[in-house]
Amino acid sequence: MNNILPLTKSVTTNLLGIAPKILLKWYDEMLLIRRFEEKCAQLYGMGKIGGFCHLYNGQEAIAAGSVGAITSDDYVITAYRDHGLAISKGVDPRRILAELLGKHTGTTKGKGGSMHLFDREKNFLGGHAIVGGHIPIGTGAAFASKYRGEKRVCLCFMGDGATNIGEFHESLNLAALWKLPVIYIIENNKYGMGTSVDRASAVDDLHKKAAAYNMRSAVIEDGHDVLKVYQTVKAAVDHARTTYEPSLLEVQTFRYRGHSMSDPIHGHYRTKEEVENQRKLDPLTVCARILKEAHLAADEYFESAEARIKTVVEECVQFTESSPEPLLEELYSDVYAD
Amino acid sequence: MPVVSIREALNQAMDEEMARDERVFLMGEEVAQYNGAYKVSQGLLTKFGPKRIIDTPIAEAGFSGIGIGAAMVGLRPIVEFMTWNFSLVAFDQIVNNAAKMLSMSGGNFNVPIVFRGPGGAAHSLAATHSQALESLYAHFPGLKVVMPSNPRDAKGLLKTAIRDNNPVVFIESEMMYGEKGEIPEGEYTIPFGVGEVIKEGTDVTIVSWSRILQHIAVKAVGRLAEEGISVELIDPRTIKPMDWELIFNSVKKTNRLVIVEEGWPFSGVGAQISHEVNNHCFDYLDAPVERVTQEDVPLPYAHNLEIASLPNIQKVIRAVRKVMYLDS
Repeated sequence: MNNILPLTKSVTTNLLGIAPKILLKWYDEMLLIRRFEEKCAQLYGMGKIGGFCHLYNGQEAIAAGSVGAITSDDYVITAYRDHGLAISKGVDPRRILAELLGKHTGTTKGKGGSMHLFDREKNFLGGHAIVGGHIPIGTGAAFASKYRGEKRVCLCFMGDGATNIGEFHESLNLAALWKLPVIYIIENNKYGMGTSVDRASAVDDLHKKAAAYNMRSAVIEDGHDVLKVYQTVKAAVDHARTTYEPSLLEVQTFRYRGHSMSDPIHGHYRTKEEVENQRKLDPLTVCARILKEAHLAADEYFESAEARIKTVVEECVQFTESSPEPLLEELYSDVYAD
Repeated sequence: MPVVSIREALNQAMDEEMARDERVFLMGEEVAQYNGAYKVSQGLLTKFGPKRIIDTPIAEAGFSGIGIGAAMVGLRPIVEFMTWNFSLVAFDQIVNNAAKMLSMSGGNFNVPIVFRGPGGAAHSLAATHSQALESLYAHFPGLKVVMPSNPRDAKGLLKTAIRDNNPVVFIESEMMYGEKGEIPEGEYTIPFGVGEVIKEGTDVTIVSWSRILQHIAVKAVGRLAEEGISVELIDPRTIKPMDWELIFNSVKKTNRLVIVEEGWPFSGVGAQISHEVNNHCFDYLDAPVERVTQEDVPLPYAHNLEIASLPNIQKVIRAVRKVMYLDS
C-alpha cells in the first residue's frame, strides 16, 4: 500500500472507450471538489461556516466515476458528506458554498446547511444527516421509476457505518424482493467517525451483506481510480436499466480529513502514517497519470486546470460573500406545501 | 343518503382516489392478498392489481421511507400501518424525512403521502398496542393530523388527505371500523381545519374526537342533559390544523371548557387546547379548563385496570360538574 499501484495495461491503452474530453472533465471535476473542500476547511476555520461540515477530500473519484456512469435524469442521494456528489451531479458550486454560509442564494435558501444539500432540477435528492435514514428514500425513488415504467436508476450512496443500521437492511431486502433499479454504493472509508469497520461490523467485506438478500454485489478496491469506479458502477447501472435489479457496490476509499471539521485528521483511531500512506493513492494523482500515459494531457494542462479551478472557487466565494442572508420571513416558508 | 361503515367509507375514499389519479397507490402489511388486517382495503387488489395494491414485509421504516422517496419524485402513496403503534418503528422516516423534507430542502421537495391505520386502545392489548399517538405527531411542524369520528368524515377527510401535498397522519379507530352512518351521495371532500358542532349547548363546551367522542363524550352529554346541563359538543376532526375559531366561539358562549381525549395528560393535545383557550378566551372563562385523559401510566392488560385508566362517562360527568361548581 506504500506505492501507487501499477495501472493495468488494458485500462491505460483503451481507457474503457471513454472519450478523452470526458476523462478531462472528470479530472477537472475532482480537482474542483478538492479545491472547493479546501476552501470550506478554510472558511470553517474562520468561523464563517457553522454546524457540522464533512469534507470529501480523498473520495473524489467515487463522485466523478459514479455520476459519470449515469445521466442527468437519474437520481442521486447520499448522506451528510455530500458536497462532492452534489458538485458531480451538476449542482451549482456557488449555491453550495452560499448554503454553507447560510445565505439566501444557497441550494436550500439557508434552511439545510452543509448536510442537507438538495436540487430538484438536477435530481439530487439530498444530503441526509441521520445515518441510514436516506436509504429507504433512495429505494423509493427507484420504486417510482419502475412504477412509471421509466429507465431511470437511483445511485444511493452511504458510508460504511450505515451498513449496520436497520434501514439499510430493510431497503436491500425490499429492493431485491421487488426488483428496484437502485445501486447502493458504500463509500467505505474504513471509519465510521472514530470506529473502524472491524469494530462495527461482523462482516469486514461489506459488499458481502448483499448475499443475505440474494443481490448482486461487487467491490471496487481501487476507489481512488475514477476509471475503475466508473467501470463497475456503469455495469450495475446498465444491469438495473435492463432488468430493474439492484446492486450493492462497495468502494474502498479513504478520507483525508477528520470525520467532520470538528475532528482532528487522525486522532486516536488512526495513525499519521496511515493517512500519509493513503494519500499516495490520491485520486487526482492517479487520474493525472492515466491522462499522461495515454498522452491526453501534459503538465501544462494540469497547470491550466489549477488556474481555472482556482477562478471557479474564487467565484464561489465572491458569489457567497455578496449574497444576502435569508429574509426573516423565510422562517415560516416551506413548512407546508400549498 | 347511503349508510356505510367507517371501514367501507375509507375503502370508498381510496377506491375513488385511485381511480381518479394513477399516481396514488397503497402499500402496507396484508393490504393486498389478505384484503387488509382490518379489511379496509377489501377488494382493492382485484380492482387495481398488485402494481398499486402492494403487500409489504414487516418493515415499517423500509416501506415508509420508500413511500417518502416515491412521493418526493411525484407519486402519491398511501402507507397503511397495521396499527399506529407500529409507526414508532418508522418514527425516523415520518419525523425526520416526511415532516421536514419541504423545509429542509428549501422548497425543493414536498412529500404528498398519507400514513393511515388504526390508533388507540382496543380491548386488552396492553401497553404497546393501545396507544393514542396524535399529540406525538401533532408536535412536529410539517405534519397534518386527522382523526375522523364517523363514516362521512372518514371518507371526506381521507380523500382530502390523499389530495394534500403534505404528509398526513390519518388515525382511524380500531374499535369503530364497523360503525355505520350516513354519507353524502357521490363525490365530496371535507376540508382540513374545519371542525363540527355535534350538538349545540349553552352551559359547557366539550371538545373531543375519534372514538372517545362517540363512545364516551356523546353518552356523557346525554346523561348530563338528563340532569339539566346543556353541553356544546365539538369534534375538531383534524388535530392539526385545529379549528381554533370554532372552539373559541363556543367557549365565549358557554364560558366553560372540558377536553376529553384518549391520550396521556402530559403534553397532550388537550394541554395545547387549554393553553390556546386561556390565551384567547381568558376573560370569558368562568372556571379553569378541565381535561379528561388516560391515566399517566402504560395501559395495563387486565380489564379492570384498563377501564380504570381510560376516560369514561363518569370521569367526563365529574369534570363537567367541576367546571360548573356543582360539587363541593
